Amino acid sequence: MITNPVCKRSVKINETGLQHISRMLNVHRDICGYCGCCVSVCPEGALELIDAYLSVEENCTSCGICAKVCPLGALEVVHEK
Amino acid sequence: MKSKYEVLVIGGGPAGALAAKTAAEKGFSVCLVEKRPAIGAPVRCAEGIGKEALAEFIEPDSRWISAEMSGAGIVAPDGFEMTLESSMAGGKVGYILDRKIFDRELVWQAADAGADVYVKTRASAPIMHDGRLKGAQLECCGNVSKVMADVVIAADGVESKFGKWCGIDTTVPVREIMSSVQYVMTDIDINPHATIFYLGNEVAPEGYLWVFPKGKRAANVGIGISGRKSGKGHRAKDYLDRFVKQKFPHGKSIECIIGGVSVCRPLECTVADNLMLVGDAARVVDPLTGGGIYNAMFTGKLAAEVAADCIAKGDVSKKALMTYDREWRASKMGKSIERNYHIKEYMIKQPDEKLNAIIHSVSALDLTEFSTLTLIKELLKANPKLLIELGALAASIR
Repeated sequence: MITNPVCKRSVKINETGLQHISRMLNVHRDICGYCGCCVSVCPEGALELIDAYLSVEENCTSCGICAKVCPLGALEVVHEK
Repeated sequence: MKSKYEVLVIGGGPAGALAAKTAAEKGFSVCLVEKRPAIGAPVRCAEGIGKEALAEFIEPDSRWISAEMSGAGIVAPDGFEMTLESSMAGGKVGYILDRKIFDRELVWQAADAGADVYVKTRASAPIMHDGRLKGAQLECCGNVSKVMADVVIAADGVESKFGKWCGIDTTVPVREIMSSVQYVMTDIDINPHATIFYLGNEVAPEGYLWVFPKGKRAANVGIGISGRKSGKGHRAKDYLDRFVKQKFPHGKSIECIIGGVSVCRPLECTVADNLMLVGDAARVVDPLTGGGIYNAMFTGKLAAEVAADCIAKGDVSKKALMTYDREWRASKMGKSIERNYHIKEYMIKQPDEKLNAIIHSVSALDLTEFSTLTLIKELLKANPKLLIELGALAASIR
Protein backbone atom coordinates (compact mmCIF):
# COMPACT_ATOMS: atom_id res chain seq x y z
CA MET A 1 0.00 0.00 0.00
CA ILE A 2 1.07 3.55 -0.57
CA THR A 3 1.81 5.53 2.52
CA ASN A 4 2.91 9.10 2.65
CA PRO A 5 4.23 9.85 6.08
CA VAL A 6 5.93 13.12 6.85
CA CYS A 7 8.30 11.34 9.24
CA LYS A 8 9.29 7.92 10.47
CA ARG A 9 10.64 7.11 13.90
CA SER A 10 13.22 4.48 14.71
CA VAL A 11 14.70 3.64 18.09
CA LYS A 12 18.41 2.98 18.36
CA ILE A 13 20.72 2.17 21.25
CA ASN A 14 23.78 4.41 21.38
CA GLU A 15 27.41 3.28 21.69
CA THR A 16 27.28 2.83 25.45
CA GLY A 17 24.19 0.72 25.14
CA LEU A 18 22.76 2.49 28.17
CA GLN A 19 20.70 5.18 26.64
CA HIS A 20 17.92 5.00 24.12
CA ILE A 21 18.00 7.61 21.42
CA SER A 22 15.06 8.04 19.17
CA ARG A 23 15.77 9.26 15.64
CA MET A 24 13.32 10.40 13.08
CA LEU A 25 13.56 11.30 9.41
CA ASN A 26 11.66 14.46 8.61
CA VAL A 27 10.77 15.29 5.04
CA HIS A 28 10.29 19.01 4.57
CA ARG A 29 7.88 18.80 1.71
CA ASP A 30 7.98 22.53 1.12
CA ILE A 31 11.71 22.26 0.38
CA CYS A 32 11.81 18.87 -1.42
CA GLY A 33 12.18 19.09 -5.19
CA TYR A 34 11.16 15.42 -5.58
CA CYS A 35 14.28 14.70 -7.64
CA GLY A 36 15.09 11.21 -6.35
CA CYS A 37 18.72 11.86 -5.44
CA CYS A 38 18.06 10.52 -1.91
CA VAL A 39 16.33 7.40 -3.21
CA SER A 40 19.45 6.29 -5.08
CA VAL A 41 21.67 6.29 -1.99
CA CYS A 42 19.29 4.77 0.58
CA PRO A 43 20.95 1.51 1.70
CA GLU A 44 17.66 0.14 3.02
CA GLY A 45 15.59 0.89 -0.05
CA ALA A 46 13.28 2.74 2.32
CA LEU A 47 12.64 5.74 0.11
CA GLU A 48 10.52 5.91 -3.00
CA LEU A 49 9.75 8.81 -5.26
CA ILE A 50 6.08 8.61 -6.13
CA ASP A 51 5.63 11.27 -8.80
CA ALA A 52 5.60 14.47 -6.81
CA TYR A 53 6.21 13.27 -3.28
CA LEU A 54 8.72 11.22 -1.36
CA SER A 55 7.56 8.14 0.47
CA VAL A 56 9.42 6.85 3.56
CA GLU A 57 8.83 3.20 4.37
CA GLU A 58 8.87 1.43 7.74
CA ASN A 59 12.36 0.04 7.26
CA CYS A 60 13.98 3.50 7.40
CA THR A 61 16.76 3.43 10.01
CA SER A 62 17.18 7.23 10.09
CA CYS A 63 20.83 6.76 9.08
CA GLY A 64 20.88 10.23 7.57
CA ILE A 65 22.63 9.41 4.29
CA CYS A 66 19.70 10.84 2.33
CA ALA A 67 19.74 14.02 4.42
CA LYS A 68 23.42 14.50 3.63
CA VAL A 69 23.14 14.24 -0.15
CA CYS A 70 19.91 16.19 -0.67
CA PRO A 71 20.76 19.10 -3.00
CA LEU A 72 18.26 21.36 -1.24
CA GLY A 73 18.37 20.17 2.36
CA ALA A 74 14.81 18.89 2.45
CA LEU A 75 15.58 15.89 4.65
CA GLU A 76 16.51 16.06 8.30
CA VAL A 77 17.21 13.45 10.95
CA VAL A 78 15.93 14.67 14.27
CA HIS A 79 17.50 13.25 17.42
CA GLU A 80 15.47 13.01 20.59
CA LYS A 81 16.90 11.73 23.84
CA MET B 1 -4.27 -1.49 -21.47
CA LYS B 2 -3.89 -5.17 -22.18
CA SER B 3 -3.13 -7.61 -19.39
CA LYS B 4 -0.22 -9.20 -21.21
CA TYR B 5 2.61 -7.79 -23.33
CA GLU B 6 5.79 -9.27 -24.61
CA VAL B 7 7.80 -6.29 -23.35
CA LEU B 8 6.93 -3.98 -20.46
CA VAL B 9 9.07 -0.85 -20.19
CA ILE B 10 9.10 1.08 -16.91
CA GLY B 11 10.04 4.71 -17.44
CA GLY B 12 9.57 7.14 -20.32
CA GLY B 13 13.00 8.79 -20.52
CA PRO B 14 15.43 8.26 -23.42
CA ALA B 15 16.33 4.71 -22.26
CA GLY B 16 12.72 3.57 -21.96
CA ALA B 17 11.68 5.30 -25.17
CA LEU B 18 14.43 3.68 -27.24
CA ALA B 19 13.69 0.29 -25.68
CA ALA B 20 9.97 0.59 -26.44
CA LYS B 21 10.52 1.93 -29.96
CA THR B 22 13.05 -0.75 -30.85
CA ALA B 23 10.92 -3.65 -29.55
CA ALA B 24 7.77 -2.28 -31.22
CA GLU B 25 9.55 -1.86 -34.56
CA LYS B 26 10.48 -5.50 -34.39
CA GLY B 27 6.81 -6.36 -34.15
CA PHE B 28 6.59 -7.16 -30.47
CA SER B 29 3.75 -6.05 -28.22
CA VAL B 30 5.10 -3.30 -25.98
CA CYS B 31 3.76 -1.28 -23.08
CA LEU B 32 5.62 1.75 -21.75
CA VAL B 33 4.59 3.30 -18.44
CA GLU B 34 5.71 6.66 -17.07
CA LYS B 35 4.87 7.61 -13.49
CA ARG B 36 4.90 11.34 -14.19
CA PRO B 37 1.88 12.97 -15.80
CA ALA B 38 4.04 14.27 -18.67
CA ILE B 39 6.90 12.82 -20.67
CA GLY B 40 9.99 15.04 -20.41
CA ALA B 41 9.06 16.96 -17.30
CA PRO B 42 10.39 17.73 -14.82
CA VAL B 43 13.81 17.95 -16.46
CA ARG B 44 16.69 16.35 -14.51
CA CYS B 45 19.49 17.13 -16.90
CA ALA B 46 22.07 19.65 -18.16
CA GLU B 47 20.96 18.62 -21.68
CA GLY B 48 24.32 18.35 -23.43
CA ILE B 49 25.08 15.65 -26.03
CA GLY B 50 27.69 15.15 -28.74
CA LYS B 51 26.62 15.71 -32.33
CA GLU B 52 27.79 12.33 -33.62
CA ALA B 53 26.46 10.51 -30.59
CA LEU B 54 22.99 11.94 -31.11
CA ALA B 55 23.02 11.15 -34.84
CA GLU B 56 23.26 7.43 -34.07
CA PHE B 57 19.69 7.53 -32.85
CA ILE B 58 17.78 10.43 -34.31
CA GLU B 59 17.92 13.12 -36.98
CA PRO B 60 18.65 16.49 -35.36
CA ASP B 61 15.56 18.68 -35.27
CA SER B 62 15.42 22.38 -34.38
CA ARG B 63 12.23 21.75 -32.41
CA TRP B 64 14.24 20.17 -29.59
CA ILE B 65 17.69 21.67 -30.06
CA SER B 66 18.16 24.76 -27.91
CA ALA B 67 21.69 25.58 -29.06
CA GLU B 68 24.59 24.25 -31.12
CA MET B 69 28.07 24.11 -29.62
CA SER B 70 31.33 24.70 -31.45
CA GLY B 71 33.69 24.93 -28.51
CA ALA B 72 34.27 24.48 -24.83
CA GLY B 73 36.10 26.18 -22.02
CA ILE B 74 37.57 24.78 -18.86
CA VAL B 75 38.13 27.20 -16.01
CA ALA B 76 40.86 26.19 -13.59
CA PRO B 77 40.54 26.77 -9.85
CA ASP B 78 42.84 29.83 -10.20
CA GLY B 79 40.44 31.37 -12.74
CA PHE B 80 42.54 30.66 -15.83
CA GLU B 81 40.34 29.57 -18.75
CA MET B 82 41.50 27.23 -21.47
CA THR B 83 39.38 27.12 -24.59
CA LEU B 84 38.80 24.39 -27.12
CA GLU B 85 37.53 25.30 -30.55
CA SER B 86 36.34 22.71 -33.00
CA SER B 87 38.20 22.49 -36.28
CA MET B 88 35.74 19.97 -37.66
CA ALA B 89 33.61 20.69 -40.71
CA GLY B 90 30.78 23.02 -39.86
CA GLY B 91 32.36 23.59 -36.51
CA LYS B 92 29.50 22.06 -34.57
CA VAL B 93 30.44 19.38 -32.10
CA GLY B 94 27.47 19.15 -29.82
CA TYR B 95 24.02 20.28 -28.86
CA ILE B 96 22.21 21.52 -25.83
CA LEU B 97 18.81 19.91 -26.09
CA ASP B 98 15.39 20.90 -24.89
CA ARG B 99 14.70 17.70 -23.01
CA LYS B 100 11.02 18.43 -22.52
CA ILE B 101 10.47 18.31 -26.27
CA PHE B 102 13.22 15.78 -27.01
CA ASP B 103 11.91 13.14 -24.60
CA ARG B 104 8.39 13.69 -25.86
CA GLU B 105 9.56 13.14 -29.44
CA LEU B 106 11.31 9.88 -28.53
CA VAL B 107 8.22 8.49 -26.78
CA TRP B 108 6.07 9.76 -29.64
CA GLN B 109 8.24 7.70 -32.00
CA ALA B 110 7.82 4.66 -29.74
CA ALA B 111 4.05 5.14 -29.84
CA ASP B 112 4.12 5.54 -33.64
CA ALA B 113 6.09 2.30 -33.84
CA GLY B 114 3.20 0.56 -32.10
CA ALA B 115 4.00 0.70 -28.40
CA ASP B 116 1.19 1.37 -25.93
CA VAL B 117 2.07 4.33 -23.70
CA TYR B 118 0.56 5.18 -20.32
CA VAL B 119 1.47 8.28 -18.31
CA LYS B 120 0.79 8.93 -14.63
CA THR B 121 1.11 5.18 -14.33
CA ARG B 122 3.55 3.79 -11.81
CA ALA B 123 4.97 0.30 -11.46
CA SER B 124 4.45 -0.27 -7.73
CA ALA B 125 5.59 -3.89 -7.38
CA PRO B 126 6.95 -6.77 -9.39
CA ILE B 127 4.74 -9.80 -9.95
CA MET B 128 6.67 -12.93 -9.06
CA HIS B 129 5.71 -16.57 -9.66
CA ASP B 130 7.92 -19.42 -8.48
CA GLY B 131 10.75 -16.96 -7.98
CA ARG B 132 10.53 -15.57 -11.50
CA LEU B 133 9.48 -12.13 -12.60
CA LYS B 134 6.20 -12.30 -14.53
CA GLY B 135 5.19 -8.67 -14.81
CA ALA B 136 4.37 -5.66 -12.72
CA GLN B 137 1.59 -4.20 -10.65
CA LEU B 138 0.67 -0.82 -12.08
CA GLU B 139 -1.11 2.05 -10.38
CA CYS B 140 -2.88 4.84 -12.23
CA CYS B 141 -5.12 7.39 -10.53
CA GLY B 142 -6.14 4.96 -7.81
CA ASN B 143 -6.63 2.00 -10.12
CA VAL B 144 -4.42 -1.00 -9.54
CA SER B 145 -3.88 -3.42 -12.40
CA LYS B 146 -1.60 -6.30 -13.20
CA VAL B 147 0.32 -6.50 -16.44
CA MET B 148 2.19 -9.64 -17.39
CA ALA B 149 5.25 -9.52 -19.62
CA ASP B 150 7.86 -11.87 -21.00
CA VAL B 151 10.54 -9.29 -20.33
CA VAL B 152 10.43 -6.21 -18.10
CA ILE B 153 12.86 -3.44 -19.00
CA ALA B 154 13.48 -1.20 -16.00
CA ALA B 155 14.29 2.29 -17.25
CA ASP B 156 13.22 3.97 -14.05
CA GLY B 157 16.10 6.39 -13.72
CA VAL B 158 18.34 7.47 -10.90
CA GLU B 159 15.54 6.84 -8.39
CA SER B 160 15.12 3.30 -9.75
CA LYS B 161 13.29 0.91 -7.46
CA PHE B 162 12.21 -1.92 -9.71
CA GLY B 163 15.62 -3.60 -9.83
CA LYS B 164 15.90 -3.39 -6.05
CA TRP B 165 12.49 -5.00 -5.63
CA CYS B 166 13.76 -7.86 -7.80
CA GLY B 167 16.86 -8.37 -5.67
CA ILE B 168 19.42 -6.29 -7.57
CA ASP B 169 21.45 -3.92 -5.41
CA THR B 170 21.22 -0.57 -7.15
CA THR B 171 22.37 1.56 -4.19
CA VAL B 172 24.75 4.33 -5.23
CA PRO B 173 27.66 4.96 -2.82
CA VAL B 174 27.30 8.35 -1.09
CA ARG B 175 30.56 9.66 -2.52
CA GLU B 176 29.43 8.67 -6.02
CA ILE B 177 26.14 10.50 -6.21
CA MET B 178 26.47 13.95 -7.68
CA SER B 179 24.13 16.13 -5.70
CA SER B 180 23.03 18.61 -8.36
CA VAL B 181 21.15 21.85 -8.85
CA GLN B 182 20.69 23.87 -12.03
CA TYR B 183 19.02 27.12 -12.98
CA VAL B 184 17.83 27.89 -16.46
CA MET B 185 18.98 31.49 -16.59
CA THR B 186 18.24 34.30 -18.98
CA ASP B 187 19.66 37.76 -19.54
CA ILE B 188 23.25 36.71 -18.89
CA ASP B 189 26.45 37.47 -20.82
CA ILE B 190 27.78 34.22 -22.25
CA ASN B 191 29.45 32.74 -25.31
CA PRO B 192 26.34 31.20 -26.90
CA HIS B 193 28.30 28.45 -28.66
CA ALA B 194 30.62 27.14 -25.96
CA THR B 195 30.05 24.97 -22.92
CA ILE B 196 32.06 26.15 -19.92
CA PHE B 197 33.20 23.91 -17.08
CA TYR B 198 34.46 25.30 -13.76
CA LEU B 199 36.70 23.05 -11.70
CA GLY B 200 38.01 23.35 -8.18
CA ASN B 201 37.42 22.26 -4.64
CA GLU B 202 36.13 25.70 -3.70
CA VAL B 203 33.79 25.91 -6.70
CA ALA B 204 32.44 22.34 -6.89
CA PRO B 205 34.11 19.75 -4.62
CA GLU B 206 34.66 16.47 -6.48
CA GLY B 207 32.40 17.65 -9.24
CA TYR B 208 32.12 20.62 -11.54
CA LEU B 209 30.01 23.63 -12.27
CA TRP B 210 28.72 24.17 -15.78
CA VAL B 211 27.33 26.86 -18.04
CA PHE B 212 25.61 25.24 -21.04
CA PRO B 213 24.13 27.81 -23.45
CA LYS B 214 20.43 27.57 -24.30
CA GLY B 215 20.35 30.69 -26.46
CA LYS B 216 22.12 34.00 -27.07
CA ARG B 217 21.71 35.17 -23.49
CA ALA B 218 20.40 32.05 -21.80
CA ALA B 219 22.03 28.98 -20.31
CA ASN B 220 21.72 26.01 -18.00
CA VAL B 221 23.86 27.09 -15.06
CA GLY B 222 24.32 24.13 -12.79
CA ILE B 223 26.52 22.25 -10.39
CA GLY B 224 27.15 18.72 -9.19
CA ILE B 225 29.09 18.00 -6.03
CA SER B 226 29.93 14.68 -4.42
CA GLY B 227 27.38 13.46 -1.89
CA ARG B 228 30.13 13.14 0.68
CA LYS B 229 30.96 16.83 0.33
CA SER B 230 27.34 17.82 0.74
CA GLY B 231 25.80 18.86 4.04
CA LYS B 232 24.02 21.60 5.91
CA GLY B 233 25.33 24.98 4.78
CA HIS B 234 27.42 23.54 1.96
CA ARG B 235 24.97 21.86 -0.36
CA ALA B 236 24.91 22.01 -4.16
CA LYS B 237 22.47 24.90 -3.99
CA ASP B 238 24.73 26.87 -1.64
CA TYR B 239 27.67 26.55 -4.03
CA LEU B 240 25.58 27.42 -7.08
CA ASP B 241 23.93 30.42 -5.45
CA ARG B 242 27.34 31.78 -4.48
CA PHE B 243 28.61 31.39 -8.06
CA VAL B 244 25.51 32.92 -9.64
CA LYS B 245 25.55 35.89 -7.28
CA GLN B 246 29.14 36.63 -8.23
CA LYS B 247 29.08 35.74 -11.94
CA PHE B 248 25.54 36.52 -13.09
CA PRO B 249 24.19 38.98 -10.49
CA HIS B 250 21.62 40.40 -12.92
CA GLY B 251 20.56 37.09 -14.50
CA LYS B 252 17.08 35.74 -14.05
CA SER B 253 16.30 32.12 -13.22
CA ILE B 254 13.23 30.88 -15.04
CA GLU B 255 13.52 27.28 -13.86
CA CYS B 256 15.12 25.47 -10.94
CA ILE B 257 16.18 21.90 -11.67
CA ILE B 258 17.30 19.48 -8.98
CA GLY B 259 18.71 16.01 -9.32
CA GLY B 260 21.13 13.24 -8.52
CA VAL B 261 23.62 11.87 -11.03
CA SER B 262 25.41 8.59 -10.35
CA VAL B 263 29.12 8.50 -11.18
CA CYS B 264 29.76 5.04 -9.79
CA ARG B 265 30.65 1.95 -11.78
CA PRO B 266 27.68 0.39 -13.59
CA LEU B 267 25.73 -2.34 -11.78
CA GLU B 268 27.68 -5.59 -11.43
CA CYS B 269 24.98 -7.27 -13.47
CA THR B 270 22.24 -5.52 -15.44
CA VAL B 271 19.97 -8.51 -16.04
CA ALA B 272 18.04 -11.14 -14.10
CA ASP B 273 15.48 -13.72 -15.19
CA ASN B 274 12.93 -11.79 -17.31
CA LEU B 275 14.46 -8.46 -16.28
CA MET B 276 16.83 -5.93 -17.85
CA LEU B 277 18.03 -2.61 -16.45
CA VAL B 278 18.91 0.26 -18.76
CA GLY B 279 20.08 3.88 -18.59
CA ASP B 280 20.47 5.61 -15.25
CA ALA B 281 18.77 2.66 -13.53
CA ALA B 282 21.70 0.49 -14.68
CA ARG B 283 24.09 3.24 -13.47
CA VAL B 284 25.64 3.64 -16.91
CA VAL B 285 26.13 7.41 -16.69
CA ASP B 286 29.59 8.53 -17.85
CA PRO B 287 31.42 8.86 -14.51
CA LEU B 288 33.69 11.66 -15.72
CA THR B 289 31.22 13.95 -17.49
CA GLY B 290 27.98 12.91 -15.82
CA GLY B 291 26.48 12.62 -19.30
CA GLY B 292 23.78 10.00 -19.58
CA ILE B 293 21.54 10.67 -22.59
CA TYR B 294 23.57 8.72 -25.14
CA ASN B 295 24.29 5.85 -22.75
CA ALA B 296 20.59 5.63 -21.92
CA MET B 297 19.55 5.45 -25.58
CA PHE B 298 22.32 2.97 -26.35
CA THR B 299 21.46 0.57 -23.53
CA GLY B 300 17.72 0.99 -24.12
CA LYS B 301 18.01 0.06 -27.77
CA LEU B 302 20.44 -2.80 -27.17
CA ALA B 303 18.30 -4.25 -24.38
CA ALA B 304 15.26 -4.32 -26.64
CA GLU B 305 17.20 -5.98 -29.44
CA VAL B 306 18.43 -8.72 -27.12
CA ALA B 307 15.00 -9.06 -25.49
CA ALA B 308 13.38 -9.47 -28.92
CA ASP B 309 15.87 -12.13 -29.86
CA CYS B 310 15.41 -14.01 -26.58
CA ILE B 311 11.60 -13.83 -26.70
CA ALA B 312 11.64 -15.16 -30.27
CA LYS B 313 13.79 -18.09 -29.12
CA GLY B 314 11.55 -18.73 -26.10
CA ASP B 315 14.28 -18.22 -23.50
CA VAL B 316 14.23 -15.07 -21.38
CA SER B 317 16.32 -16.45 -18.53
CA LYS B 318 19.11 -14.42 -16.99
CA LYS B 319 21.57 -16.57 -18.89
CA ALA B 320 19.95 -15.74 -22.23
CA LEU B 321 19.55 -12.03 -21.44
CA MET B 322 23.23 -11.83 -20.39
CA THR B 323 24.03 -11.16 -24.06
CA TYR B 324 22.86 -7.60 -23.39
CA ASP B 325 25.12 -7.23 -20.36
CA ARG B 326 28.14 -8.58 -22.21
CA GLU B 327 27.53 -6.50 -25.32
CA TRP B 328 27.19 -3.12 -23.66
CA ARG B 329 30.28 -3.76 -21.54
CA ALA B 330 32.27 -4.70 -24.65
CA SER B 331 30.95 -1.71 -26.60
CA LYS B 332 32.72 1.59 -27.07
CA MET B 333 30.33 3.01 -24.49
CA GLY B 334 31.15 0.31 -21.93
CA LYS B 335 34.87 0.75 -22.38
CA SER B 336 34.54 4.50 -22.21
CA ILE B 337 32.70 4.24 -18.87
CA GLU B 338 35.43 2.02 -17.43
CA ARG B 339 38.19 4.32 -18.66
CA ASN B 340 36.45 7.50 -17.54
CA TYR B 341 35.75 5.97 -14.14
CA HIS B 342 39.49 5.70 -13.52
CA ILE B 343 40.12 9.22 -14.77
CA LYS B 344 37.34 10.55 -12.55
CA GLU B 345 38.78 8.74 -9.55
CA TYR B 346 42.14 10.34 -10.29
CA MET B 347 40.81 13.84 -10.92
CA ILE B 348 38.72 14.08 -7.74
CA LYS B 349 41.80 13.38 -5.62
CA GLN B 350 43.78 16.29 -7.03
CA PRO B 351 44.28 19.46 -5.02
CA ASP B 352 43.53 22.75 -6.74
CA GLU B 353 47.23 23.47 -7.39
CA LYS B 354 47.52 20.25 -9.38
CA LEU B 355 44.35 20.98 -11.34
CA ASN B 356 45.74 24.42 -12.17
CA ALA B 357 48.98 22.89 -13.43
CA ILE B 358 47.17 20.31 -15.55
CA ILE B 359 44.85 22.83 -17.19
CA HIS B 360 47.64 25.33 -17.86
CA SER B 361 49.70 22.61 -19.54
CA VAL B 362 46.89 21.44 -21.80
CA SER B 363 45.95 24.95 -22.88
CA ALA B 364 49.34 25.33 -24.53
CA LEU B 365 48.56 22.47 -26.91
CA ASP B 366 46.92 22.66 -30.29
CA LEU B 367 43.99 20.28 -30.17
CA THR B 368 42.77 19.26 -33.59
CA GLU B 369 40.10 16.78 -32.64
CA PHE B 370 37.36 17.50 -30.17
CA SER B 371 36.48 14.85 -27.64
CA THR B 372 36.95 13.94 -24.02
CA LEU B 373 39.33 11.18 -25.07
CA THR B 374 41.47 13.53 -27.15
CA LEU B 375 41.61 15.93 -24.27
CA ILE B 376 42.72 13.16 -21.90
CA LYS B 377 45.34 11.91 -24.35
CA GLU B 378 46.79 15.39 -24.76
CA LEU B 379 46.63 15.91 -21.05
CA LEU B 380 48.76 12.81 -20.57
CA LYS B 381 51.25 13.89 -23.22
CA ALA B 382 51.72 17.19 -21.47
CA ASN B 383 51.97 15.57 -18.06
CA PRO B 384 53.98 12.35 -18.46
CA LYS B 385 53.95 11.86 -14.71
CA LEU B 386 50.20 11.35 -14.89
CA LEU B 387 50.80 8.18 -16.85
CA ILE B 388 52.58 6.68 -13.88
CA GLU B 389 49.98 7.96 -11.44
CA LEU B 390 47.14 6.56 -13.51
CA GLY B 391 48.85 3.19 -13.61
CA ALA B 392 47.29 0.37 -15.55
CA LEU B 393 44.71 2.69 -17.02
CA ALA B 394 47.28 4.47 -19.15
CA ALA B 395 47.56 1.53 -21.50
CA SER B 396 43.90 1.74 -22.42
CA ILE B 397 44.16 5.40 -23.34
CA ARG B 398 47.18 5.45 -25.62
